[in-house]
Amino acid sequence: MTVDVPARPEAQGRLEAALRAARAAGRKLLVPYVTGGLGDDWVDVLRACADAGADAVEVGIPFSDPVMDGPTIQAASQRALEAGTTPRSVLAGIAESAVDVPVAVMTYYNLVERAGTRRMAEELARSGVAGAILPDLPLEEAGAWAADADAAGVETVLLAAPTTPPARLERLCGRSRGFLYAIGLLGVTGERDALAASALEMARRCKAVTDLPVLVGVGVSDADQARAVCAVADGVIVGSALVRRLLGGEGPAGAARFVGELRAALDAAGTA
Amino acid sequence: MTEALMREPSPGGRFGPYGGRFVPESLVPACIELEEAWAEAWAEPAFRRRLDELLSRYVGRPTPLTDCPRLSGVLGVEVSLKREDLTHTGSHKINNVLGQALLAERMGKRRLIAETGAGQHGVATATAAALLGLECVVFMGEVDVARQALNVFRMELLGARVVPVTSGSRTLKDAVNEALRDWVATVETTHYCIGTVMGPHPYPYLVRQLQRVVGDEARAQYLERHGRDPEVVVACIGGGSNAAGTFAGFVDTDAQLVGVEAAGGAAIGNGIPGVVHGMRSRFLQDEAGQVLEAESISAGLDYPGIGPEHAFLAEAGRARYPSVADGEVIEAFRLLAEHEGIIPALEPAHALAWVARAARSGELAAGTRVLVTLSGRGDKDVAQVKEMLS
Ligand SMILES: Cc1ncc(COP(=O)(O)O)c(C=O)c1O
Repeated sequence: MTVDVPARPEAQGRLEAALRAARAAGRKLLVPYVTGGLGDDWVDVLRACADAGADAVEVGIPFSDPVMDGPTIQAASQRALEAGTTPRSVLAGIAESAVDVPVAVMTYYNLVERAGTRRMAEELARSGVAGAILPDLPLEEAGAWAADADAAGVETVLLAAPTTPPARLERLCGRSRGFLYAIGLLGVTGERDALAASALEMARRCKAVTDLPVLVGVGVSDADQARAVCAVADGVIVGSALVRRLLGGEGPAGAARFVGELRAALDAAGTA
Repeated sequence: MTEALMREPSPGGRFGPYGGRFVPESLVPACIELEEAWAEAWAEPAFRRRLDELLSRYVGRPTPLTDCPRLSGVLGVEVSLKREDLTHTGSHKINNVLGQALLAERMGKRRLIAETGAGQHGVATATAAALLGLECVVFMGEVDVARQALNVFRMELLGARVVPVTSGSRTLKDAVNEALRDWVATVETTHYCIGTVMGPHPYPYLVRQLQRVVGDEARAQYLERHGRDPEVVVACIGGGSNAAGTFAGFVDTDAQLVGVEAAGGAAIGNGIPGVVHGMRSRFLQDEAGQVLEAESISAGLDYPGIGPEHAFLAEAGRARYPSVADGEVIEAFRLLAEHEGIIPALEPAHALAWVARAARSGELAAGTRVLVTLSGRGDKDVAQVKEMLS
C-alpha cells in the first residue's frame, strides 16, 4: 500500500532557486517561522518578516497535536485554532499577503491526508506557496505526497536529524527540494540558552554531502546563535524566538525589529 | 480468508492501508532499531524463556478462565471471563510492559517513558522499571491525574516520576503527544514503552504479540473446559491492546470478534482515516483534520483513535466495533459485582455492557457462549463510581 518515493524532479523550484541565488550572492539565508492565524494581524507579520530581510518565510498551519513542537509553538497553534484558523484560512492569508519572497508551509501530515494529497498540493500551489515541510512524514512514507506535490510544483523540504545515519542522510539529501532542513538538536522546537554543539555538527555533516542550501532549525534562538551556526550552515530557521514575541503581542513591528536584528547579524557574518 | 489475518504486517508495518511509520526523522532510526531488536528477541528461545518465567512467577500467569453462572442466569447467555484483573498490577498492561522492558534492557536503554490514561499502563511500566532497575517517567493528562489519583500515588511509590500534561484536552491523547516530544529529545538513551497497539511500526505488531498470551491461554482453557470454542469473543477498546491480544487467539476460529468502544471515543464507529501518533488509522477529527477530544467516564478509553490493525479488521469484516454509553457501563459494573463478586475496571465494564445489551435485545441468542476479556480490576475506579452513584 506504500507508494514508492518518486525521484527528485530535474527542474529547480522557486524556493530552491531563490535560496541558491542568495547564497551565490554571498548572503547567509534567513527563514523566520510564523504561525498562520496567530493574531488578526498575522498576514502583516508575514509581510513584515519579508520586508525586514527574510529570504523566505515558513508559515505554520496549526494542528491540534503538534508533536515536533515545544510549548511556544504549541501555545501559538492552540491560540490560532481557538480563533477559528483552518488550513484554508491560512492559505488565503498567504495568497493575500502577496509577499515577494518564497513561502513554505509547515504542518503535520494529517491535515494533508484529510484534504487529500492532490487537493492539498494544488491548493498550496494556487495560494502561491512554494514549499512544504511535513515533520511527521519521513522519507519512506512520503511517496504519495511527493508525487502530487511535484506535479503541482510544490517543493517538499525534507528534514535531517542528529540521529540520521550517513547513508540515510545521503538519501534525504537526494530527495529534498528547496533546501535541506537540518535539525540542530535532538528535541522539539523551542528556545535554548545556548546553541547546541550538535547544530554545527549537523551543518557540517549535511554540507559535506549536499549542494542544496543547508538551513539549520530547531533551537536557534537569537542573533548570536544564528551567526554562530552560519559559520558552517548556509542559513537558519528561527521559529520559537519570533513566535514568543508574537504571543507577547509585539505584532508586525516586533517581528520587523527581531528579523531585522537577525538579518544584520547574518550580514555582518556573511561575505557580502 | 481469516487465515491471513493477524499475522505479520506487510513491510513498512502495514495492515491493509493502515499502520506505517509516520514519525519525525529524529525517531526513525530508533523505530528501525526497535523493529530489529524485536524480531531478533522474539525468535530467540532464551528471551522468550525469560519473559515466560516473569509472566508465570511474577505476574501470576496463566490467569484463570472463570465461568459466570449467576450472571449467565440473568442475561440468558453463557458468559466466561478471562481474568486479566488477577495479574500482578491488576490489568493486562503488564504483559506488554515486561516484554518491552526486557527489550529496552537488551538495547541498552536504561530509561523508560510511558503515556497513561487510567494509570494502569503507567503503574505496569513503573513496576517493570522497579523490577529491572530502570528509570521511569510517566506522562499523564492533568484530568486523569485528578480522576485516577490512587494510581498516581502507586506509580510514585514504585519510584516513577509522573508528569501531569496540561496541553490540549489534558487526557490520554495529550499524554501521548508529550511522551513523543520527550522521546524526540532523549531517544538515544530512552525507550518509549507504548501502552497499546498504536504508534509507529513496529509497536502495533509488537504489542499485539506480547498481548496474545491472553487470547492463546483463553482459547486453550475454554476448549479444555467446554470442548469447543466460544461463539462470541468480546473485549473493550481504548487503543485496542487487550482486544488485539484476545482476538489473536481466536481469529482463526469461527468466533465472532467484538471490540467495544466508549460512545465518546468510537474511532471505528465515528472515526475517519487519518495519520496521527505515528500511524495511519481511524480518528475522531473535524473536516480540516484537527483531532477531536474523546469523552468517556473511563480514562483508559478516552482516546480518539484506535490501533491500525483494528481499523483493518473492521474493514475486512472480521471484527466489529459497537459502542456503549456511560450509563450502560455503570450498570454492567454493578451487575458483575452483585452477581459474581467481581468488581471490574470501568474499561472492561464496556465489554460487559455490550454483552448485556446484546443479550437483552436478542442480538445474542439465548445460550450463546460468550468469552469476555476482563482486562482489569476495578479498585482504581471505586472512588469515581461512588461519586457518580451518590
Ligand atoms: C483495565 C484496562 N482495560 C483496557 C484498557 C484500554 O487499553 P487497550 O484498549 O489497549 O486494552 C485500559 C487502559 O488504560 C485499562 O486500564
